[in-house]
Amino acid sequence: MTTELFIQYLMAGITYGSIYAIVAIGFNIIYNTTGIINFAQGEFVMFGGMIAISLLQYMPMPLAIILAVLITMLIGALIEVCFIRWLKSPSVLRLIIITIGISIISREVAVHIWGESIRSLPYFVGNEISSVAVFGARVSSQVFWVIAASALMVVCLGIFFKTTSVGREMRACASNRKAATLCGINTQNMVTLSFVLSAGIGALAGCVMSPITHSQYDMGTGLAIKGFTVAILGGLGSSGGAVAAGLLLGILEAFSVSVVPLAFQDAISIAILLIILFVRPQGLFGSKEAAGLSEF
Amino acid sequence: MKKLLSVLPLLAVVIGIHFLASATDTMYYLTQMTMSAYYALLIIGLCVLMGYAGQISLGHAGFFAIGGYLSAALTTHSLVSYQDNAVVSFLDSAGMLLAGHDLYGEAILVVSPWAACIVAVCTAAIIAVVIGIPVLKLKGHYLAMATLGFGIIIYRVALALEYFGEADGISEVPAFVLLPGLSVSGNFSDRVQNYYIAWGLLLIGMVLLLNLIDSRVGRALRGIHGSDEAADAMGVNTSGFKLQTFVLSAVFAAIAGVFLTHYNGGIGPSEAGVMKSVRYVAIVAVGGMAHLWGALLMGIVLNFLSLRGVFGSYDDAVFGLILILIMLFAPNGILSLNIRHRLKQLLGRGKTDKEGEV
Repeated sequence: MTTELFIQYLMAGITYGSIYAIVAIGFNIIYNTTGIINFAQGEFVMFGGMIAISLLQYMPMPLAIILAVLITMLIGALIEVCFIRWLKSPSVLRLIIITIGISIISREVAVHIWGESIRSLPYFVGNEISSVAVFGARVSSQVFWVIAASALMVVCLGIFFKTTSVGREMRACASNRKAATLCGINTQNMVTLSFVLSAGIGALAGCVMSPITHSQYDMGTGLAIKGFTVAILGGLGSSGGAVAAGLLLGILEAFSVSVVPLAFQDAISIAILLIILFVRPQGLFGSKEAAGLSEF
Repeated sequence: MKKLLSVLPLLAVVIGIHFLASATDTMYYLTQMTMSAYYALLIIGLCVLMGYAGQISLGHAGFFAIGGYLSAALTTHSLVSYQDNAVVSFLDSAGMLLAGHDLYGEAILVVSPWAACIVAVCTAAIIAVVIGIPVLKLKGHYLAMATLGFGIIIYRVALALEYFGEADGISEVPAFVLLPGLSVSGNFSDRVQNYYIAWGLLLIGMVLLLNLIDSRVGRALRGIHGSDEAADAMGVNTSGFKLQTFVLSAVFAAIAGVFLTHYNGGIGPSEAGVMKSVRYVAIVAVGGMAHLWGALLMGIVLNFLSLRGVFGSYDDAVFGLILILIMLFAPNGILSLNIRHRLKQLLGRGKTDKEGEV
């Protein structure tokens, strides 16, 4: 393999990997505050991209993206308030099935609004054929937007959770919900907020990735599976782990193309998920206690 | 024996539907009833796994597809060019191959449907064991994601392999001759006999499962559902029972797949899709998780409506909505909703009778 080809694969891997990492962080935010795995996480990404594409007819792109993210956040809040908030101590099986139902409904709403066609946002800078040279390899400029946006989101979330009082309240809620309630934190609002945050970062990821990967009504399930793989791989609930695992999976997947046919690419990441689940359910970086398997 | 008697009313209903259809000149309904019966066969199997053993599976369309695809591929793809192969000639000498002619009069050599059926169902069972041993150690979200992942892999394999016809699937699958004069096929002339084959199979499955859940195994499964650890402590072989139930439901799914594929004369990748698995789970949930009769009834009704095209382009949306509504308002299934009682309560005259709140 030549150096150029190697870098080409590497950049593609990092691009997809950072998207997976963002989806995984979306899983983690909701999981930490509620213990729910939101199967509709991929649909937030789809909504973000699709809404931005539709809004683009009426306004410049930065505004369309911001508005799309805000609308998706609203959808996230609505989902939590309508379907999750008022359930009294529901079983895990019930929550799984409800979020699966939400993801199906979201997909069906999308297909009836936007149809089955594949759409995409235009490139933020330049077009499909403009590229930047990196060590002799040609890389699309959008790749840097994806990587930068993902890195920015991770940093901002870190600052939010560490320094702001709302962020601290959410973390308190994550570590012990009852104790947080006793301290006067409105845990129900924290849960809603976690859905809003998770929808927001999903939507932003959906916008920046749209020029490269395109948006379609049914892109959610595949992304959710890979995001979940990454979340498990990095240790459920850990953001740093999600980034590392996301990049690992992205790069593995990119290089797998040179060995196995493209049609099996998805099957590979799912096979990784299954193997991880069987062998090390606490993730590569997580400790056994942190996995909290007995909680389920 | 009692179980055998308890399905007799159902048999009467089945015959009644036949007479009703022929009296009202709506025999074409029998076609969808036949297909619904095969789907219901899968659903009652899944019901025992989900409702009684408490293990969710989002990959059962995968087992259905393994059965359907293997049987279709074996009975359709000609082996003439491999005739010198040792395996093929062994199969031939064992009487498991059928020689014939295709549409253009060329000689073909395919696996006989009975042999193909056995191979398909056994393969599904073996895969269920191999997947089940590690998967059933998982719980909750992990189990759901792992089975979903398994379903997607099967879907991808069906889409990617030329042997399984890629996106087109396999068509022109020959009839499955069960006995001379009794064959599973989509021919008009065979419609009535196929209706009874499908329902006969479903009734047999029902009797088996009713017996199972009323036996020691059934009680053990309910114990596992209540609490894994408690059942374990009482000396129940929890992982063994879970695995057996998983394999049993996979076999039910595979048999349904084999028969429906021969009945339809083909199978496509959508049968292996995630949405199909979710739909089966939805139907089990609507029927009431631990309620075989509910699962059977809903399996027939919802599949029949869906196959008749009542839901139009909102087909998947309807199942998604049903799933959410049931899980929000009636997590024990629609039959558990005591409507009259609820209404009374709403009207403020709610005297709690012994059926009570669920």
